[in-house]
Amino acid sequence: MSEVIVRSGGLYTTVQDAGRDGWYAIGMPPSGALDQYSFRVANLLVGNPEGAAALEATYIGPELEFTDERRIAVTGADAPARVNGEPVPLWEAIAVRAGDVLSFEMLTAGARPYVAVSGGIAVPEYLGSRSTYTLTGIGGFHGRALRADDRLPLGSPPVSGPSPGTSVPAGLRPALGGPAQLRLVVGLCSYRLTETAMESFVDTEWKVTKDADRVGYRLRGGTIDFVDREPPFGAGSDPANVVDLGYPIGSVQVPGGDEPIVLLGDAVTGGGYATVGTVISVDRDRIAQARTGDRVAFTSVDVDAAIAARRDRGIRLEKVRAAVS
Amino acid sequence: MSTVNAALPGVFYRRPAPDQEPFVEVGAMVQEGQTIALIEVMKTFSEVKAEQAGTLGRFLLDEGDEVEAGQGVAEVVAP
Repeated sequence: MSEVIVRSGGLYTTVQDAGRDGWYAIGMPPSGALDQYSFRVANLLVGNPEGAAALEATYIGPELEFTDERRIAVTGADAPARVNGEPVPLWEAIAVRAGDVLSFEMLTAGARPYVAVSGGIAVPEYLGSRSTYTLTGIGGFHGRALRADDRLPLGSPPVSGPSPGTSVPAGLRPALGGPAQLRLVVGLCSYRLTETAMESFVDTEWKVTKDADRVGYRLRGGTIDFVDREPPFGAGSDPANVVDLGYPIGSVQVPGGDEPIVLLGDAVTGGGYATVGTVISVDRDRIAQARTGDRVAFTSVDVDAAIAARRDRGIRLEKVRAAVS
Repeated sequence: MSTVNAALPGVFYRRPAPDQEPFVEVGAMVQEGQTIALIEVMKTFSEVKAEQAGTLGRFLLDEGDEVEAGQGVAEVVAP
């Protein structure tokens, strides 16, 4: 069987796909590639279905040896990549043969490179998805991040697809420089904030702390004041506590009032912290590429703007599909 | 002289644990590949290793400092 041999797993590389949607009600978060745009583009470049399972690395890329002829593509973070020690372009279809080794140098921008391989990573599906959810050890490759000497099964390569050398036009690659600008739909529990607190929340330039992973990003840089109240039955005594609710994916909670946490694909699905707003789905792609130490800023938008942004991302993906086919 | 750079962002530590001695003191000899510090990010600790043998000239960061990817953390003087 055709495989990819993992020579080094990097810091935290997992198998991810479009996500394990549909199980939120039983407390199962969707997981999936955090930067869905880069992930999907990587698949388009190698002729895979857009949602085929690929690899998501974090900060330090893996080292991978191929065992047959495949096409691969690296997208997402600016991660200088090499095949057999020779630099290869990002956002481009690359042909590899048995024995070729893909490796990475230090990332120059962004946090998460994606590696798609033609045929996709053929680990077994769990609840309809190949995404890894490491907190409970399910999905992906044995429910965990990759390690040296792992052997990843590959699916049959597609019969057609972009030729090697096909690349994504610069205008269709995400911009990674500067502070990450995140659009936020205010709610569900923003009533807990004082009038000035939401203004101060969006006026603050927050900094990503070291506690920033697939579960969530903890930020620092300001304080949020909550309205004084008598805690309702079932809520805790922290001013940030409310009666338990389901957390929207991308929602922002502010335990203690000074460290907002943006919940991402591997986050707990509900709890008792006031969610002051929700980062729109398109901009979760952007926060996925923010690193510890990077700045992030929020702007308030309405649901119509969030849906329009999602439609625009779909149009951009169609443009990529047209540009590479 | 060579500068040892951080491969990833996070928080810089010179000790394997808060109650233990630093991996290496300034002025001590280090071997190529020897661990001289840790960087914590995403609840994991990654070792920072000397890229060449020599004397540890100085650290460019203090215990607990935030560090960016690519930032210099220490200088090693060739023997």
